[in-house]
Amino acid sequence: MSDSKSCHKSWVAQHIADLPRSGIRDFFELVNTMDEVISLGIGEPDFATPWHIREAAIYALNRGYTSYTSNLGDLRLRKGICAYAKENFGVSYRPDQECIVTVGVSEGLDILLRAVLNPGDEVLYHEPCYVSYAPTIRMTHAVPVPVRTEAKNDFVVDVADLEAKLTPRTRVLLLNYPNNPTGAGLDWAAKKSLAAFACRHDLLVISDEIYEEVNYDVRTPSLASLPGMQERTVLLNGMSKAFAMTGFRIGYACGPAAIIEAMMKVHQYSMLCASSIAQAAALEALQNGAREREEMRREYEQRRNVMVKRLNDMGLTCFMPRGAFYVFPSIVSSGLDSTTFARRLLQEKHVAVVPGPAFGASGEGHVRCAYATALEDIERAMARIKEFLQELKST
Amino acid sequence: MDREKLKREIVALLRRNARMSDQEIADRLGSTASTVAGLIQELERDGVIMGYSAIVNEQSDNGEVRAIIEVEVRPERDTGFDIVAERLAKFPEVQSVYLVSGRYDLRLEVAGHSLQEIASFVSGKLAPQDGVKSTATYFLLKKYKEAGVQFSKDEKHERLKIVP
Repeated sequence: MSDSKSCHKSWVAQHIADLPRSGIRDFFELVNTMDEVISLGIGEPDFATPWHIREAAIYALNRGYTSYTSNLGDLRLRKGICAYAKENFGVSYRPDQECIVTVGVSEGLDILLRAVLNPGDEVLYHEPCYVSYAPTIRMTHAVPVPVRTEAKNDFVVDVADLEAKLTPRTRVLLLNYPNNPTGAGLDWAAKKSLAAFACRHDLLVISDEIYEEVNYDVRTPSLASLPGMQERTVLLNGMSKAFAMTGFRIGYACGPAAIIEAMMKVHQYSMLCASSIAQAAALEALQNGAREREEMRREYEQRRNVMVKRLNDMGLTCFMPRGAFYVFPSIVSSGLDSTTFARRLLQEKHVAVVPGPAFGASGEGHVRCAYATALEDIERAMARIKEFLQELKST
Repeated sequence: MDREKLKREIVALLRRNARMSDQEIADRLGSTASTVAGLIQELERDGVIMGYSAIVNEQSDNGEVRAIIEVEVRPERDTGFDIVAERLAKFPEVQSVYLVSGRYDLRLEVAGHSLQEIASFVSGKLAPQDGVKSTATYFLLKKYKEAGVQFSKDEKHERLKIVP
């Protein structure tokens, strides 16, 4: 009989054992023990998937569209994606060779990194950032190289800071704008200078644009549309945020044929294909979902206006986010560190926000507040945070 | 945001919730409550906003009966359907009047306290009007959705409390 306590041998691979536990995990467990929490910690739309999209999934089931699809994804969907990318991002891709349907952007990023990285290669990315970047890079035996971004630059990565972290092993530049967790975005000038940097140093650019359509700025074409960029850029996007389809798990990658082909190899052995039913729903969303997408975007924009005003009024300073549905205020004026702030706010006022360091060390001094939540809950949460700050001051 | 755009946004918000406060509208649109109040007054004065009403889920036992009535009208030279439509709109029983394309001309929504009351409105007031050729009355049995509001709410799905 085996006894786990006496089992001295670890079956877990060293590089997995070495992965740090997600910074969000303990906090998540604490939140789950509590009742009546208003959560500003939810990074997904609060809207149900628009009905016509759900109905398309039901129709797919009705007509028995339940088999495997092509490894790259149903060709009709790939054609839909390429048409959508051309119209919305200003870049043209060939559906037969330059596009693959993935199980969310998470899988897209994973198979892309596995497809392009050799052990020891270095990936430059900006922090604070989405929690999966460093672990996903490590799982390919490559090296994550974070570059700090600062509130004073509205969290746009500085090319000089990227230059400083370059080595002969640097191979990939990973970008995520509009950004989770900061709400930062790139204007056209910033896109041009990042493109020039990538070309100058012959880097592959991975552009995670999952929040591209949740954008409050003047829209500019994708980075990939700039001269010299399409052949070195893989664009990652998906249905989750723009169309409120997180549970459908449909993402896509568009890029050079050779890279898509390599991604397809990994994908076919690990995933085979994304859900056929979800692919049918995704096509409906891309072809007929613009109205609801715009309605949701406008609602987010209005909530953002409210949240930014309330936070700044109570001394938690933040800039006006350009995209996504997050505000990343500084909590330095409270005198607490981010983790203490989040824990005490949760315990004392039952409001959940995510401590900034969950998104990388440079997130210290900030918390992430998501506004993918009904405005009345946002208002209640803001009132509680204000009380919390007043009580802190008076003690 | 320019004034015309702001007005359009205000109208869009009030269509969804006419009780939204000036302050909330201002916060949502990045304006001030006094600006919003001024623009709403303008919209009312200019006849863009004609009134405000509640969307009510009537219980079947509250004594109100509603019907949709299709009216076929003989149009008049110069004024077309307008004279008849305006005249029908004056009856307090008539809640709405639309000129529509298709098989008939005017679509009325009528409210009364009983089937009898509506029936006598149709036979005594509506059908004998000059210019009214024929009517067809449909009593409403159950309301599922009105003014964009669905009356049976989807079951609220709990999201995870923290999602990175």
